Amino acid sequence: MNSIEALKELLYKMADDQLIIGHRNSEWTGLGPILEEDIAFSSMAQDKVGQSEHLYNLLHQLGEADADTVAFTRNAGQFHSSKFVELPIGDYSFSLMRHFLFDFAEYLRFESLRESAYEPLAQVAKKFFGEIKYHTMHANTWVNQLGKGNEESHRKMQDSLNYAWNYALGIFEPGPAEKILIDENIFIGEENLQKRWLDVITPLIKNSGLSIPSTDKWKPVYGGRNGNHTEHLQPLLEEMTEVYSIDPSADW
Amino acid sequence: MDKKSNQAIESIDPRITRAKIQTGNKTDMEGLAHFQTFEVFHQNKRGAQHKHVGIVHAPNPDMALLYAKEQYARREVTANIWVVPSSCVSATEYSDDDIFTTAPKKLYRNPATYKVMDRINAFKERGSKPTDKV
Repeated sequence: MNSIEALKELLYKMADDQLIIGHRNSEWTGLGPILEEDIAFSSMAQDKVGQSEHLYNLLHQLGEADADTVAFTRNAGQFHSSKFVELPIGDYSFSLMRHFLFDFAEYLRFESLRESAYEPLAQVAKKFFGEIKYHTMHANTWVNQLGKGNEESHRKMQDSLNYAWNYALGIFEPGPAEKILIDENIFIGEENLQKRWLDVITPLIKNSGLSIPSTDKWKPVYGGRNGNHTEHLQPLLEEMTEVYSIDPSADW
Repeated sequence: MDKKSNQAIESIDPRITRAKIQTGNKTDMEGLAHFQTFEVFHQNKRGAQHKHVGIVHAPNPDMALLYAKEQYARREVTANIWVVPSSCVSATEYSDDDIFTTAPKKLYRNPATYKVMDRINAFKERGSKPTDKV
């Protein structure tokens, strides 16, 4: 594997994560718990799709197909997203918990990528850093609010955290590109990122009155980065690409 | 509740059908009783005045700030946002709006009527130095 291939691996998993979680979270549009939250959550979902487009454009510059083709013509087996992002939206407590766990990982990923030796990626990371920072503020405020809310809200958030945890660890699935990316100062690597993520979210979760599952229960759900997905991804892709499949030239 | 009003909505939008929304369910809003309104003030650059732009509903100031950002700063250049509980605002009565009537002969109180503005503007246009005679 050369450094271009390593870079593509990194960009694909980031872009695919953003696209799939963006699409998933957009399923709440019109169904959010209150108007203001509906607007905020929908805007953030749109941000994610926008971020994925910028990352697909970087891939296009490296010789991959254009963003629409890459986003709309692949099957589940060709996606490098983590299994975490493709899980159904569930009830709002799960969507919020996923938003919290995923967005803090993305926040720290983009924070480190601002220093990436691959300048185009560093530029994209700087451009979207503020956007993602807001996403983490939104997520943390909600998790804190509901974690310390009443018995029902606390229970729902804790159940969602327990369910989401091993999937969230799957975000940091190591790939063959790790060593090259680290050696060439393109990216700090998934292991380092996971450490930073645990350092940041552990006190926040504790402060919300919630508990991270004990380490003996940690079994990261890997596979997504290699195209092994749950049964939930292919139906999502079919729904997302419905218009494109009927008319690839449709403009909207 | 009759049977018909308790059916799940079926829509051509698959998200709606999946959400299994009951047509007869009108109790959701009761949980929002603890929400209040916050007045939102928007500042477009540091040092500028915060201007009132509208309201948001939220259970507390932290959440109000989150929502104010999305609703009033997403498409605006923004330096800062304030939120203030609407309940903290004291207002005059519209029935007392006659207290704001200014007698025509007191128009001198309105700074816009000062003739000196012409001279200040002329000074600015000339790009003159402070030592210049006006």
